Amino acid sequence: MKNKYSLFSLVKNAFSYHENWEKAWKDPEPKKEYDAIIIGGGGHGLATAYYLAKKHDMKNIAVVEKGWIGGGNTGRNTTIIRSNYLWDASAGLYDHALKIWEGLSQELNYNVMFSQRGVMNLAHNLQDVRDLKRRTHANRLNGIDAVYLNTEQVKKFCPIINTSPDIRYPVLGGTLQRRAGTARHDAVAWGYARGADEMGVDIIQNCEVKGIKRNGESVEGIETTKGFIKTKKIGVVAAGHSSVIANMAGLRLPLESKPLQALVSEPVKPIIDTVVMSNAVHAYVSQSDKGELVIGAGTDDYVSYSQKGSHDIVEGTLNAILELYPIFSRMRMLRQWGGIVDICPDASPIVSKTSIKGLYFNCGWGTGGFKATPGSGDLFAHTIANDEPHKLNAAFNINRFVSGDLVDEHGAAAVAH
Amino acid sequence: MFVINCPYCGEREQSEFKAGGEAHIIRPKQPTELSDDQWAEYLFMRKNIKGVQFERWIHTHGCRKWFNVVRDTSNDVIKAVYKMGEKPPTK
Repeated sequence: MKNKYSLFSLVKNAFSYHENWEKAWKDPEPKKEYDAIIIGGGGHGLATAYYLAKKHDMKNIAVVEKGWIGGGNTGRNTTIIRSNYLWDASAGLYDHALKIWEGLSQELNYNVMFSQRGVMNLAHNLQDVRDLKRRTHANRLNGIDAVYLNTEQVKKFCPIINTSPDIRYPVLGGTLQRRAGTARHDAVAWGYARGADEMGVDIIQNCEVKGIKRNGESVEGIETTKGFIKTKKIGVVAAGHSSVIANMAGLRLPLESKPLQALVSEPVKPIIDTVVMSNAVHAYVSQSDKGELVIGAGTDDYVSYSQKGSHDIVEGTLNAILELYPIFSRMRMLRQWGGIVDICPDASPIVSKTSIKGLYFNCGWGTGGFKATPGSGDLFAHTIANDEPHKLNAAFNINRFVSGDLVDEHGAAAVAH
Repeated sequence: MFVINCPYCGEREQSEFKAGGEAHIIRPKQPTELSDDQWAEYLFMRKNIKGVQFERWIHTHGCRKWFNVVRDTSNDVIKAVYKMGEKPPTK
């Protein structure tokens, strides 16, 4: 058992200058064989391992990560959490995650700094207004909190927004999900890693997967930079590199991996206490606890694994930000970076078994996977343990691209893709 | 952020172009005879290669012509550019 983090443990460790904290997770070498192996030590992968151990009593499992845990898209996203999706299947999936977020810090005994500061989505033209109203109704029918705001209410909720009718894309209204918000992205990975490690999960870092060994129609193990590891069940949670892993197993996926950029400003005093997203002009902004503005830009339209995006994408986002928030005109940007996101043709994820026995994929989260981390891990663990999807992720199977039963969130997800 | 050598206009910034995805996906000659699996393969499944990929681009803010590009997706280095209908380079 790990020592519980508490005020008492904080005080106790202060006496030894915080130099004797117990390691949050071990750094083991891989065993010869595991009951299941998760490829990818990001939030989704670690959450999958955590729930496999916790809810499905699978203790002999490993998470293999080519770099360090949480060092991929988990550490690169803009930390927005919401569940105001249009379609029933998506609403079920993302609200499942949001409900877990609400108790996650307590469950993990790890402060993930989940902050329900609300997410507001703006409308800039009449079609936006109609779409947002429709989505508000759909959300409420699915039991998800949502309200439609007119321009004055938008201004009241976030006073720094320029609601003048004279700007290029005036603010005509917006939606608000009050239960939505942000969380500390690293803490999510670290909290799940600590929880999984405590239940006996081996978290193996700096271990890159080089091949997947198949015996006919089932898997036998993985080739890694730390040697061959035998297993009957492989869960792939490799985000932008999902196609690379799929290729090793001879599986085709409907994914395209593209650069997605974000940037943060210099830290300033509290100025925006919510998350504001504008689909039409592509401006997403919130403020971190350190005081930086956290700004999400769009994806480039070409496939790339270079983790670099185009300058014009950032420029377009900042143009929109400045039009909507003239107060930011003299802010300086501190850092800008790119991550590689795997996008499905219908902009919905794949959480599914595959045609190969024992091989499971959790991918295609595209530009918005962070919000789903706990739900994704829970449902993927269920799928791996039972070799059957949970009812909440049944619609997100890989066969939907054959049957045509897509979950088309491209235009509906309150976000541009 | 890279430069593309349009076969009609010469070198221009990538922001003048739009990417058209994987090249040489041939439209089925007998669409009515395709199974659902074959349709899925044609419509949705992509190589999404990390490495050298053949792809289509259009010079949207220039000559508006389509052409093919061979690009290493791991570092965005362009290996070759060739016109529509031409045979892809073999090396």
